[in-house]
Amino acid sequence: MRAVLKTPALWVGLLFAALLVDMQALRPLFAAGFPGVKPEIFSRAGFIELFLSHLGLVAVSSAAATITGIALAIFVTRPVGRDFRTIANMLATIGQTFPPAAVLALAVPALGFGPRPMIVALFLYGLLPILENAIAGLEGLPPALREAGQGMGLSPYQLLRDVELPLAAPVILAGVRVSVTIGIGTATIGSTVGALTFGTPIFDGLAGNKLPYVLQGAVLVALFAILTDLLFALLARRLQPPG
Amino acid sequence: MTEAMIEIAGVSKTYDGRPIVTDFTLSVPKGALCVLLGPSGCGKSTMLRMINRLVPFDGGTIRVGGEDVLSVPPEALRRRIGYAIQSTGLFPHWRIEDNIATVPRLDGWPAGRVRDRVTELLTLLRLDPETYRGKFPHQLSGGEQQRVGVARALAANPELLLMDEPFAAVDPITRDALQSELIRIHKETGKTIVFVTHDIEEALRLATVIVIMERGRLAQIGTPLDIIENPASDFVRDFVGVQGIGLKLLSVRRVADRMRPGESAEGEAIAAEATLAEALAAMVTRRAERLPVADGNGTIGVISLADLVR
Repeated sequence: MRAVLKTPALWVGLLFAALLVDMQALRPLFAAGFPGVKPEIFSRAGFIELFLSHLGLVAVSSAAATITGIALAIFVTRPVGRDFRTIANMLATIGQTFPPAAVLALAVPALGFGPRPMIVALFLYGLLPILENAIAGLEGLPPALREAGQGMGLSPYQLLRDVELPLAAPVILAGVRVSVTIGIGTATIGSTVGALTFGTPIFDGLAGNKLPYVLQGAVLVALFAILTDLLFALLARRLQPPG
Repeated sequence: MTEAMIEIAGVSKTYDGRPIVTDFTLSVPKGALCVLLGPSGCGKSTMLRMINRLVPFDGGTIRVGGEDVLSVPPEALRRRIGYAIQSTGLFPHWRIEDNIATVPRLDGWPAGRVRDRVTELLTLLRLDPETYRGKFPHQLSGGEQQRVGVARALAANPELLLMDEPFAAVDPITRDALQSELIRIHKETGKTIVFVTHDIEEALRLATVIVIMERGRLAQIGTPLDIIENPASDFVRDFVGVQGIGLKLLSVRRVADRMRPGESAEGEAIAAEATLAEALAAMVTRRAERLPVADGNGTIGVISLADLVR
């Protein structure tokens, strides 16, 4: 029980949940902090609605980037795919270099307004860290493991499933963690093309000169990213192989 | 004539046009401890790895237990052949028990039988089963890890064991102990073992047959005594080493061959199985010129200092 209470993820999670449920409670704080500014609470959409939509965007794009990134990494670290390693890495680097705002601008004419262009932008942006880490994780294993595994008669698939992936998992997970955490922050710009996110109060506040809106959105997106990162840290500790 | 466990006929291998193994022919009898010996780059490791098809070969045939290795799927072939390497390749995320059980589980043994087999093997390698089965590889010393590597190679009771410089990376004292264990295990199990090393002392100590390789070709094959007494070429002579050859001879000849049966002497007996080098060492430390010789049934004769140089 004590160990659970000491987990930062618990406290950050509680704070985050409390703000989602009842931002109104902070009205006196806004009033005291910004005298002369009307202590308005964002109300065009509920905070829980914003959260679920934001979460959905990141979840879909990150899941796609994770599956694609790991699959590509597995492919280019096999004998058949070795020749494609440079190309795969180059494509992912281009995806990362291209600013998500530019991807959004280009994707909207093709996909229309709403969450879809943002999912594409986040997917491209998040692919590189996952791909790079997955390649590093798989290539970083001592060659003796593969040699011994093959020598004992493990099939290539068994070797991948039972030895390579479990041992590379911590490095792969670190890539997913970076990608998802960055994705949570970046997803806020989706509100400029009509996706509901914690960016919505931020952009509404900037447009309407309502500072409390900006703060509400910014604090929530920050807590969301921190909480996610802490949860990944917990997961990483569980995946760490002994030794 | 004993039956052959491995028959290698005219096998060749080139990498990028560079010959690694050339027209290699060798027959390893069942129950032999065959040491492939040679300097680095002579192709001995490649030859070993062609037997279980970790390295594909360009020409020739290899038969294991009478069966062409190309006629079985490589995974099935490898599960029938134990394989141990220098860096052990133990899976760091698996407990010792799971590491040893790798091949039996692949072969679908029931859990109870796997557990019994792990106990049996840890005992054979002189590791206490209850202490070690639950540990992870990183909790073991290098020598203990190597023992587990050997146990894992023996797990599914293969008829043939391939070992690629398994003791090269451990300290001399541990290596000495592991060599003794291997000799004992070879005697107890009667497995056919092919063992690769570049260490002539190790080869002389372990082998029933030594195969010396020179640039991908067979340079000489013979018992340790043959190799030292009748080197087939200058290469073999140089490799085996002219200096200290007398001491090497002492370390491959047995007391039983030189003793005087029926006589007796004072002092603690030396085993008939011991090498002449061990007898000499015993004479030096005890300041004695004659030692009684014993086998399992008691004193059977005497060996004297003069007998060593006959």
